[in-house]
Formats: sequence, C-alpha cells, structure tokens
Amino acid sequence: MRTLLSNKFIMLGGAMILAMLLIALFAPLLTVYPYDGLDLANKNQAPSLEHMMGTDPYGRDVWCRVVYGSRVSLMVSFAAVGVAVVCGSVLGIVSGYLKGGFDLAAGRLIDIMMAFPSLLLSMIIGVALGPSTRNMCLSIGIPLIPIFYRVARGAALSVGERTFVIASESMGSGRFRTMFRHVLPNVLPQIFVVLSMGMGGSILAEASLGFLGLGIPQPTPSWGLIVNEGKPYMFTAPWTTGFSGAFIALTIWGFNLLGDGLRDHLDPRV
Amino acid sequence: MSDGGVLLDIRGLRVRFPMRGRGPVCAVNGVDLTLRKGESLGIVGESGCGKSVTFSSVMRLVQSPPAVLEGEILLDGRDVMRMSGAELRRMRGKEIAMIFQEPMTSLNPVMRVGKQIIETLRLHESLSEKQAEEKALEYFQMVEIPDARSRFWCYPHQLSGGLRQRVMIAMALICNPRVLLADEPTTALDVTIQAQILELLGRLRRKNDMSVVLITHDLCVIAQLAERVAVFYAGRVVEEASAGELFANPMHPYTMGLLRCVPTMRTVSRRLDMIEGNIPDPACLPAGCAFHPRCPFAADVCREQAPEKRFFGERRFAACHRAGEVG
Ligand SMILES: Nc1ncnc2c1ncn2[C@@H]1O[C@H](COP(=O)(O)OP(=O)(O)O)[C@@H](O)[C@H]1O
Ligand SMILES: [Mg+2]
Repeated sequence: MRTLLSNKFIMLGGAMILAMLLIALFAPLLTVYPYDGLDLANKNQAPSLEHMMGTDPYGRDVWCRVVYGSRVSLMVSFAAVGVAVVCGSVLGIVSGYLKGGFDLAAGRLIDIMMAFPSLLLSMIIGVALGPSTRNMCLSIGIPLIPIFYRVARGAALSVGERTFVIASESMGSGRFRTMFRHVLPNVLPQIFVVLSMGMGGSILAEASLGFLGLGIPQPTPSWGLIVNEGKPYMFTAPWTTGFSGAFIALTIWGFNLLGDGLRDHLDPRV
Repeated sequence: MSDGGVLLDIRGLRVRFPMRGRGPVCAVNGVDLTLRKGESLGIVGESGCGKSVTFSSVMRLVQSPPAVLEGEILLDGRDVMRMSGAELRRMRGKEIAMIFQEPMTSLNPVMRVGKQIIETLRLHESLSEKQAEEKALEYFQMVEIPDARSRFWCYPHQLSGGLRQRVMIAMALICNPRVLLADEPTTALDVTIQAQILELLGRLRRKNDMSVVLITHDLCVIAQLAERVAVFYAGRVVEEASAGELFANPMHPYTMGLLRCVPTMRTVSRRLDMIEGNIPDPACLPAGCAFHPRCPFAADVCREQAPEKRFFGERRFAACHRAGEVG
C-alpha cells in the first residue's frame, strides 16, 4: 500500500480523479446559478467576476454547466464501463479458462464488434435504442466490451495453466467453482489496469457523442453537450468549448495516469 | 504392509498429444502398473519420461481432447477413464489426492492458506465453517507446522517453501484419500527440508494406511520412502522391482546408469557418472528399444525390436533384450 502511494502517476492521476468526483458530488454547493437558467440577454459573456468561466450561447453560467456536466459525464462513464467490465470480463474469463467451443464462438462475436470503429458502433446502438441516459450508457459500454474481453481472456489463459488452478481441480473442485474462486481473483489486477483506461475512453466517447448531438437529451448538461453548444461560437466565445474541453481532457488524463501507474505498480518488468 | 489387495490398476495406458503440422507427442506408450493397499510405490526416471502425464491421467487432469488417452485405469475395479464429471469430482481429493512439485505456485496467492484447506474439505464433507476450520487446524498441526494457529491465516507468500509444501500435504490429506500421488514433492526444496518432508510423508502414510506414489527423478528420494520402484523411460516402465532388489541388483541398463549417477560416500571423491546423451524426443521415438541409442550393451536386436518384459519373479521384471545377461 505504501509503495502504491509513492508512485507519482498513481498519486497525480488519483488526485485528479478525486477532485473531479468531489466537484460532481458537491455541485450544488459550488455554484449559485441553476444549470438550466436561460438568460439570453447575457449570452456569450467573457469570464468575469460574476461568471468565472463566462456564459454560454444561452446566457447560462459555464462553470455551473461544467460542474453539473461532470455529474452526468462521470456517471454515464462509470455505468458504461460497469457494463463493459462485467460482460467483457465474464466472457473473457470463461473463454480463456474453458477454451474450446465457447472460446471460439465468443471470439468471433468480439471480432465482429471490433470490426466497427467504436464511435460508429456507439452511434448505431444509440440510434437503435433511442435517446435516454440508460441507452447512452449501453451505447458507450458495449463497444468497450472487447477491450475487457481480450485482457481477461489473456490473463485467464495464463492463470489457468498455473499449478494452483490444476491443484484445485485435483482436489475435486468443479470447473466453474475453480474459475470463480481461483482464476477470477488472480485476473482482477489486470482488469483493474484497463479499467481506468476504459474510463478515459468512455469519457471521450460520451463527449464525442454529445458533440455530435447524439448525447443525453437537453437540457441536462454533459461535457460533450456543452462543447457542442459552444461549437458555433468557438472563435468569438471560446470559453464555453475551452473550459468544458479542458475538463474532459483533464479527466481522461487523470484516468490514463492512474492506469499507467497501476500497470507499472503491478508489473515491475515494464 | 503391501499385502493388501490391488487398489489402483493401470493397464496399457497410452497418452498422445496431437501437434499441428508434426507427428504427435507420445508421452506415455503403454504403461502397466499396480498399486496395492498401503503400498508405497516409487516412480523414477529422467525429466520428460512421462511420469507426470501418467499420473495426471490417473486423476484425469490431462485435457482430453486435445490429448488422446487409451487404456484402462481401474480404481477399485471402477474405470476412471469412463467416469462422468461428477464421479471424477467425487474421486479427486477424496479417493486420490495429488501434491505437486512447486510449493511456490500450487497455492492460490490471493487466498489465505487456511481458507483454501477449509474450502477443499467442504467440497467433500458437509461440515459447518466452524467444524471445517477445527478439522483443518488439526491437520495443520498434524503436518507439524510450527505455530499452526497463526500460520493458518497467512497468505502463501508469507510462508517458506517447506511450510507451503506442508500446507499442500495437509490439504491433500484432509479428506482422508486412499491414494496420495506425490509428484516431485521435494524437488524444489533444499536437502534438509526435503528429508523432513519425506519423513513426514512416510509417517502419515503408515498412520492413515494410505498408498503413496512418489514420483521423482532422484533415486535418493526413492530410497527414503518407497517399497517398490518402477523405472520410467520414454513413456514406458522399463523395470520394476522392490526397492531393495532394484538397488542391489538392477536388471535394466538404464537403471544401472541411474544408480551410477547417485552420489554415495564412495563416489564423492571421484567424478559422478552420467548416462551419455539425452532422452529421446517423444515426438519421434527411435525404433526398437527406445533406450538403445544410449545403451552401452545395445545389440542388433535392440535396434530392430521393442523388448518385451522379462520376468524374474512376481512383480520383478525388466523390459530389455539383454536383461540378465549384462550387468
Ligand atoms: N499438454 C502437453 N502437450 C504437449 N506435450 C506435453 C504436454 N504435457 C506433457 N507433454 C510432453 O510429454 C512428455 C512427458 O512429460 P512429463 O510427464 O511431464 O515428464 P516427467 O517425467 O518429467 O514428469 C514431455 O516430453 C512433455 O513435453
Ligand atoms: Mg514431472
């Protein structure tokens, strides 16, 4: 644990993510404006004492929008990664450990998913399911399944060869029991590393979909949506896109740092 | 002690691993072995002779397919080869248990050792968590782990190799199996620990009236524990005898070679002998006797014809054309 905290990447990334989570958690305390209060007389105002990040094209406070946007963006990303990590890891571990027919079938399914660029796949799923927060999570999460599948399968393949797994079977433990009691816990660290990379990817996907107008329905703010709304005024009023973009970038960077740090920590060879 | 009935009977066991684009690896090529109640059988042979594959097949731990298994493995008359998944799970751990070479890797690194034993016990016996814990602790003490109570809740990496092997032994014995397969149980340990573990195994065998198969590449280990010995070469049993007879009067040139490799008080001063050459590649075994390329006594017949077993008494044979003539 101490060495975990002495890793600079983990500390820095972790601090950034923690800050974002606190902002999302305490959003109502951090701003005096409502996130959906239109004030068209004051649209596209530059940052000032009243509006520290200026106002957006509808006259709403950008800081307020970004702070509330973090709630939606983080929540959607967590849920999406949750979907992906559960489906991907279970499929991957079963494939890597049982091999054979299941592995072959699941592998082909994953290949098909990987044949689509993930943003395109998100859009297809999003359009097919219709706009809602839950469907947003699915449309971002499903394209992430292959990442977790591949990592989990690879790890399960190697853990499955280790003596303690064979020893467990030699004591009369069934294959599924062995898989969940002995393979799964030893595969988790590797999954953990990609988890934080997946979070970064998921934030980005949410932002991209929002930017393309396929995100969460108005007026709930999400980072992608804020960028999208500020897009026409990118050069005359750059603060709307700039600040929300910066939050997206910082969050992704934080998750990537955390992921890199964890990987170094868990695999001293790198 | 070894006058009980036959417990485990391996008949004509063959194991092949098909290989893509090449001939199959013939790891076991017709092994016949019997293990009686309470007997301790030593299996000796160089690494790669098919010892592990033979006894993993007894446990049906060799994945098949891809491996191709032939022959019969009778445990109390029931054919292990025909057992269903559920029957196998009941047999493993309860009737036959196995301990492995690497005490470093044969325990789950992220589970406390006590928990692993409790789980194993509860696979076969319906005990409450509490009762299982008590029994597991009892076995911890039986395998002479010092300070058992505190070690019980350690993770494997907190224990030394010798202690981990004791934990493995406790885990293997906890369901009171009738057969214990010990696959190189002491190879990874240093010599003093090795002697302690072997001594412990011997004592537990007598106490539980258990049959033990001790697999090793080291004849010194055999000498400490085994009553009977089967010598493996290239997936076959080339000689079988009681331990005393084998050491006093080896019949097969391979056994003679192995015996010359053992350091004794008399040999320390001079260079140890080695058997020239390497074991044959199990993917392309030589014609005739598999040992002939390395055999100092090889004759024409050895290069052409695989030798039959020649018996020199009950359960005493050598599979060699020239057995009895040379030595
Ligand atoms: N799963 C496998 N696939 C292919 N070949 C194998 C497999 N397991 C064992 N072998 C081969 O079978 C032979 C015998 O192995 P083994 O029984 O482990 O030898 P040992 O006598 O040292 O225990 C070796 O040549 C090994 O390479
Ligand atoms: Mg072996």
